[in-house]
Amino acid sequence: MEFVIISTLNGLSYGLLLFMLSSGLTLIFSMMGVLNFAHASFYMLGAYGGYTLSGLIGFWPALVLAPLITGALGAAFERASLRKVHVYGHVPELLVTFGLSYIVLELVQLIWGRVAVEFQPPALLQGPMFTLIHHPVEGLSWVWGAAGALCTDSSAGAVVCSPFPATRGFVMLTALAMMGSLWWVLARTRTGLIIQAALTHPEMVEALGHNVPRIFMLVFGLGTGLAGLAGVIGGSTFVTEPAMAATVGSLAGAFLASLLIGLIQTYAVAVDASVLDLLEALGMTLSAAARENSIIKLTVSQVAPILPYLLLVLILIFRPKGLLGTREG
Amino acid sequence: MSRAVYAFEPYNVGRWIIWSLFAMVLLAAPWVFKSNLAHSMLSQMGIAMIACLAYNLLLGQGGMLSFGHAVYTGLGGYLAMHALNAVSAGSLSLPVSLIPLVGGAGGLFFACLLGYVTTRKSGTTFAMITLGMAELVSAMSLMFSEFFGGEAGVSGNRVAGTPFMGINFGPQIQVYYLIALYTFVCVALLFAFTRTPLGRILNAVRDNPERVEFIGYNTQHVRYFAFMIAGFFSGIAGGLGALNFEIVTAEVVGAARSGAYLLFTFLGGATFFFGPIIGAILMILASVLLSELTKAWLLYLGLVFLFMVMYAPGGMASLIMMNLRVASFGHLRRLWVAYVGLGVLAVIALLSAGAWIEMVYHLQLNSALGPTLKFAGMTLDALSVRSWFGAGFVLVTALGLFELARRQYRRDWDEIQVQIEQEIKRREAL
Repeated sequence: MEFVIISTLNGLSYGLLLFMLSSGLTLIFSMMGVLNFAHASFYMLGAYGGYTLSGLIGFWPALVLAPLITGALGAAFERASLRKVHVYGHVPELLVTFGLSYIVLELVQLIWGRVAVEFQPPALLQGPMFTLIHHPVEGLSWVWGAAGALCTDSSAGAVVCSPFPATRGFVMLTALAMMGSLWWVLARTRTGLIIQAALTHPEMVEALGHNVPRIFMLVFGLGTGLAGLAGVIGGSTFVTEPAMAATVGSLAGAFLASLLIGLIQTYAVAVDASVLDLLEALGMTLSAAARENSIIKLTVSQVAPILPYLLLVLILIFRPKGLLGTREG
Repeated sequence: MSRAVYAFEPYNVGRWIIWSLFAMVLLAAPWVFKSNLAHSMLSQMGIAMIACLAYNLLLGQGGMLSFGHAVYTGLGGYLAMHALNAVSAGSLSLPVSLIPLVGGAGGLFFACLLGYVTTRKSGTTFAMITLGMAELVSAMSLMFSEFFGGEAGVSGNRVAGTPFMGINFGPQIQVYYLIALYTFVCVALLFAFTRTPLGRILNAVRDNPERVEFIGYNTQHVRYFAFMIAGFFSGIAGGLGALNFEIVTAEVVGAARSGAYLLFTFLGGATFFFGPIIGAILMILASVLLSELTKAWLLYLGLVFLFMVMYAPGGMASLIMMNLRVASFGHLRRLWVAYVGLGVLAVIALLSAGAWIEMVYHLQLNSALGPTLKFAGMTLDALSVRSWFGAGFVLVTALGLFELARRQYRRDWDEIQVQIEQEIKRREAL
């Protein structure tokens, strides 16, 4: 029972991290029509930037500063390169970001080396957020933080303690806060309305005196900044290495794909992310639960890595506008 | 487009000349470049040509941006390798020279299977589905070790069956001529395909799918057929690769390979038929020679690609064709000084930027070997300020001069284009 809860929460937190990534991707895609192939590269830049900055000024300032820098780099890329190929159509735009992903990967290896760097979360986030205690007599209970002496108390038989890491909890909290504020900005503020209008009626928005190319630049900066934020959190929770972009890249693409052409439906991305990752988490659960049966264990744990891709392809074929997207005409 | 340029009627002399030249180059190449490395590279170039041209059937002719082309070359390669092993074991009676066709059949089969779902959509959705398929297959390649051979891959021996007229495909040169023959036939067939009604309607599907639907074609079927044909030729390339390397590992279906096909097809030029041939040659040169020369080759490649997309989206082929047009109107002599100047400045800028990049890489990877490194005949000290400042100074100067020269060149170029337009109008009026 506690295993199911913890692994569900773990799955959810990873899903929410991917959601943070894909919300930036979806933002850029639905606003500008640009499928940003280098999005995961900005995620990686955020992680490495966060790593370097947290060594200089501490984790919490880095958490703010690294996404800002990543966003600024993204905006600069849009200004210098993406805007130039905008006239050629969407495929060259995709190709430009594809080329950028090569360059960023090589630059990261150039600056930070080819092996993983040790990006530690701050002391506050180290250790468990809460601990589930399965006591043979008193049943299931939970305490904030580490359980301490409760787990080592063996007078009443085996006590099973399942800690939930604080970093994972932090991932979930940040993602939820970001989802809320993003939705609020886009749907409830004047800026958000102008951004939405710039997508559907660029000429009209321009006629009203707004600088549409600059709006696009800011949107791109915002999207890559979100990727940078996800990078700082993901890098400190998981691992910061040159392969990290490739690991999350196609997965983040999966969620975007389920939302093709749709407007910003951030809640839909969240559902997609969770469903996908829940599947992966459930795959793990099954494999461990059926540890006695080696055949079941083998197949389920082997199939688990391809489930997201399978789901991606299926969603793209049957619901290209996302699980909660509008129906195709 | 280049189409109209060589269309002499009724007997197309230009085309005969070009194809005979191509055949002669294929025949003579191993006698000009005689080393073992050169033979191996020429073989790889032939294979890459087929793969890139098949890929361009999708990208250039059909407007389908595929991120999973290596799936079809790779799976074709695996099937060819299994067929080769069956021939070696004696359970299959097939001449080794026909093994690539088994790969082609495999590519066709998987394109038939996976392409049905892939080609239901076009544009970005198509790109995403191919990406998903590529990830799916490369994830599976480590799961089913009976077929894919796990980490080690599947290896075989191409000297199998009875030799035909003393040809047993042991020496590399024999394999090269087999590959050259396949390359010539496949290139010719792929060119012929662009002239068929299906090839033409594929171009129409790329340019205006809505109108194609109006005149009664099913765009989905057209894409599907094109996808299967591309899959067949990719499979042949994969099968030739299996014969050439005698080993097939999981990386042939990997995302990096798919990315390389996309990158080099585009660099060569997706809008012209012969563009991918240039791309394939560049691909082998870069991945064999450039990767030997510097560890940062992917960085250079990415930069070149980025600038190519930004400034010459037609690739190398379009640059060649534009200059041919200028030459055919007799204006090239006005530009060659600019080309020499731009070229020299670009080389200087690249060298000094390269010096920086190589010094950083040296500090990252080889700092145990001491601070000095050799670069372009110079010895640089990666720890002294002088090397960094010197390279930076040269870089800034070269870039500044390059920008000045580029502006002058741009003015000349635009002027010449205007003159050519006027000349064309004048000739029409005659």
